[in-house]
Amino acid sequence: MRLTKLTASAFILGALLVGGAPGLTPAVRAQPVEVDINKGTIQPLPIAIPAFSGTDPKTTELGAQIAQVVSADLGRSGFFRPLDPSTFVEKSLNVNINPNFPVWKQINAQALIDGQASLDADGRLRVVFRLWDVFNGTQLIGTELTASPDTYRRIAHKIADAVYKRMTGEDGYFDTHIVFVAEAGPKTHRVKRLAIMDQDGANPSYLTDGAHVIMTPRFASNDQEITYSDLSRDAAKVYVFNIETGRRETVGQFAGAMAFASRFSPDGSKIALTVERNGDSNLYLVDLHSGGTQKLTADRAINTSPSFSPDGGKIVFNSDRGGSPQIYVMNSDGTNIHRISFGSGRYTTPVWSPKGDLIAATRQTGNTFHIVVMNPDGSGERVITSSFLDEGPTWAPNGRVLMFSRETPGAGQRLWTVDVSGRNEHEVPYPGGATDPAWSPLLK
Amino acid sequence: MDLFPRSLRTLALVGAAAAALSACAHQAPPPVVPPGPPPAPPPPPAEPYQPPMSQPTGPIPGSVKDFVVSAGDRIYFGTNESTISPEGGAILDAQAQWLQRYPQVTVRIEGNADERGTREYNLALGARRAQAVKDYLAAHGVAASRITTISYGKEKPIDPGTGEEAWAHNRNGHTTITAGAVGGGSNEGAE
Repeated sequence: MRLTKLTASAFILGALLVGGAPGLTPAVRAQPVEVDINKGTIQPLPIAIPAFSGTDPKTTELGAQIAQVVSADLGRSGFFRPLDPSTFVEKSLNVNINPNFPVWKQINAQALIDGQASLDADGRLRVVFRLWDVFNGTQLIGTELTASPDTYRRIAHKIADAVYKRMTGEDGYFDTHIVFVAEAGPKTHRVKRLAIMDQDGANPSYLTDGAHVIMTPRFASNDQEITYSDLSRDAAKVYVFNIETGRRETVGQFAGAMAFASRFSPDGSKIALTVERNGDSNLYLVDLHSGGTQKLTADRAINTSPSFSPDGGKIVFNSDRGGSPQIYVMNSDGTNIHRISFGSGRYTTPVWSPKGDLIAATRQTGNTFHIVVMNPDGSGERVITSSFLDEGPTWAPNGRVLMFSRETPGAGQRLWTVDVSGRNEHEVPYPGGATDPAWSPLLK
Repeated sequence: MDLFPRSLRTLALVGAAAAALSACAHQAPPPVVPPGPPPAPPPPPAEPYQPPMSQPTGPIPGSVKDFVVSAGDRIYFGTNESTISPEGGAILDAQAQWLQRYPQVTVRIEGNADERGTREYNLALGARRAQAVKDYLAAHGVAASRITTISYGKEKPIDPGTGEEAWAHNRNGHTTITAGAVGGGSNEGAE
């Protein structure tokens, strides 16, 4: 199962120095294959990913599944177009022999990944893979990874991340987790559990029993801690949950008040959250080491959904102090509050991108909901989704992709991803109701 | 640096049967609202309450059912509103009178929002509605110490439908008796 003990050092990723690699100095070289992800329109790179070979039936099966996971990751990114394996002349390649490039050129594959899975004497899975520039006949990556066989999907995600980075120049986001709220049952008796899964919807597991309503889980930057809100019939509390130790702690002491909408500071030392008293919702900062609290806003209004800038110096949040819900930015000590959203409609759930360059939010115009992105000063707003109910964006760690929840009347709630450009919408293949996603950093 | 440590496995409690969300019996539907002054929010579409014909004597005075039937336990709000409408005020007046008659009763005001907003904002909006109900009752003679508030935001709709009618039902403040009623019990989770 997924909950296997796996240490950070379990993954060994090293460059291969294997004989038989192609020469690097051809007389005439074609333009090196690459993906420019900053172009206005993306031409997805045709890439061939045949089943990785194995050394016995078990590793042959794992090799085939790894190739499928790599293919699905790269295809969903929108930057690659995995070719149909039924068109492949060479069905399975030997990683110790150069590919027969002409047959791959024939199907217009510009890149090719081949790999081999085997089991070490101690039972660990060893996967060797190479990324090839088909037209130049050059090796772009040659690497091997080892891990427990039941974590083969993580091996595949790491391969996809390595290929993405080699071809785009930016970090990938495939070896990541999503925390979210798994929803089951009818609307009037909905059970909402804290859940965690892989970025592609695989390996879901559930961390609470459903007795309380769980809301808005978010990762710390160390990917080992989660903060979330817990709503029972007579209280709303914020918790920090440590995945590593299983320990859960209440954040702050706000007797008689509701606490919700929490988020870690980038250094993990503080939590910003909303505290509601007498109908007014204000933002507080809780120091997780000292337990000390600092009130950031003092307003007869709603102030909620705080999110830190990556350097920790600023907080973007949601407030209706001006009469309708809009996006505001302040220094993280509560000074210099200023409004940044000025479009029509209602703006909520702002979240700062991990690169710091954009703020994503939910915007409601009439009866339509949108995910939007804007510059941190509010300029350059772009609407990137529209539907009956889109809500609560979260950024992939490379700042290229957003995940959000979408409710379709009659079809329930699902998680979706979309490029920051607004293209490339995909439903996350988690087989059930899901809301409130939060993306982890790249796993270690 | 364990990725999926053993402790997590023990916490991975699977089980859809969540006893905590069970509901009580169906209560009186929202009352029909007579044509009100212009600023009144749109009335929730509903059928008039039909007194049970089989109980000519009515509910036991001071009981939870008496509160629900004779005062009404839920008022409705306009979109993004937390002001008490005249219709809501009439119900709260009756609640206040009832609560003054039974001073041992304590209540919890639950603020609710429709699904046409995001989760965190709607939680804050529901809290504002609950506070508006509490303030009204306190201003009409119910000691504030007898009243607690909570917001369920858009997490606990009473109407599963989609559309203006369902959303109007789901924007409400519900007064739950938490203790002190004759015969005990509660109208918790009542719809």
